[in-house]
Amino acid sequence: MGTGDPAGVTIPHTVTSGMGGLRTAGDLVARMQMTRGMKIAEAKKYVADKLGISTTELIDEVVMKEVREEHKIGFITSKGGHPKGIEAKHHIARLLDIDISSVNRFKQRCR
Amino acid sequence: MQKIFSRLGDGWAIELTEAELMTDIVDGSTKAAGDAGIAPLSDDETNHLFDICKNVRKITGVARGCEVITTFDGPTIEIRHAGIIANRQQALQIFERCLGADTIEFSHVDYSYKPAKTVVHEDLPLFEQSQFLMVIPLFYGAMPNLGLYTYPDGPMPNPAELLPLGKIKEACEAYEGAVELAVKDMVFVASAFHEAGADGINFDTVGASGDPDFKAALLATEILKKKYPDICIEIGMAGEFVLGTHGELNHFGRRLAGLFPHQQLKIAEQAGATIFGPAVNTVTNKTIPWNLSRAITMTKACVEMADIPVHANMGMGVGGLPLCETLPVDMVSVASKAMVEITRLDGL
Repeated sequence: MGTGDPAGVTIPHTVTSGMGGLRTAGDLVARMQMTRGMKIAEAKKYVADKLGISTTELIDEVVMKEVREEHKIGFITSKGGHPKGIEAKHHIARLLDIDISSVNRFKQRCR
Repeated sequence: MQKIFSRLGDGWAIELTEAELMTDIVDGSTKAAGDAGIAPLSDDETNHLFDICKNVRKITGVARGCEVITTFDGPTIEIRHAGIIANRQQALQIFERCLGADTIEFSHVDYSYKPAKTVVHEDLPLFEQSQFLMVIPLFYGAMPNLGLYTYPDGPMPNPAELLPLGKIKEACEAYEGAVELAVKDMVFVASAFHEAGADGINFDTVGASGDPDFKAALLATEILKKKYPDICIEIGMAGEFVLGTHGELNHFGRRLAGLFPHQQLKIAEQAGATIFGPAVNTVTNKTIPWNLSRAITMTKACVEMADIPVHANMGMGVGGLPLCETLPVDMVSVASKAMVEITRLDGL
């Protein structure tokens, strides 16, 4: 989307039709579009199967908070002792069986 | 008779009767179908759009399960435009943590590959730090912006000055030279950020300078895809119709000037794009239902032909949204729901 006015574009789109990003499973579904070129229905099913939940639960904030915490893939609130940033992406790459470039580069530099 | 609240393409509020609303929706779709040589909306789709446009609330929403992915162009710049004193990393976190973004984009404030190239060495460390912070996928994005390669902003002669003098051959050569320079810059910058760990590269507002602009994006995409087979490239367009500022540029044997979204998509796909973003510009003196119907008709044709995900451009003045600086939430919400539910696209 072209953002323009963030409060006038980003928030209405997110609330009306967006998946919700880190609040739910939006980032995970996006990664399947970006890495495997999956269309939305296929991407949602792939992620839901990997998480062991239904596709409708992918956008349920309450369910996804628990699921994200359990899989160590980061969630919206900042909580001590839980994976954030690159650490969460390391778990996402493993969970979704995809390469995340920044994670791979981080690992290479830690050798 | 009950009046229906709606807006014009410039954002101003208007009232329509049911008959006027239906007429606008049918006319918008018919116009799109006639211009682009595609099918108009079916009766069911027309009626669904009518229902959405008739029931304008403060905000509405898609049916559960129909949600789509959001991608952005220049979001960190928009935080600056909003006057928020935040650096780009803070802006990225605002989108991830406060605005529910599914993906986000890092970009230079000038938002064109030419000026971005000169500050790559400054931007890379900040980008790498951002990747440590962010969980959602992080694109790098900018525009080809061929206008920056011609005099007085660049080294090539200015076709806009040559054409009125009848120097058509010289103008075309200037465009071809600009394409060559733009491709080099796009490949240089995109390679740097891909190698620094970008999750995707966004070529945004493609075609803003006409067919040479589109040609540059296609060539850069092909080179990058060959260089990095796993690279994710989103090509987001500037408008529904590729202007023939050169007029004779071809790609894969197809003339680029005059292509509509469903035709732009197929060439972008063939060049190696991972995600395609059709843009349909808003006509400000027509109603939002007319504009939305037109945008949906063209986008739907695109989605039906796509083998890759389609993310429609739905910001200010595109995708049926009003062309005004402070966008009315009621129409953005109506447009967002209608676009997603009728076209069944993959993202916005």
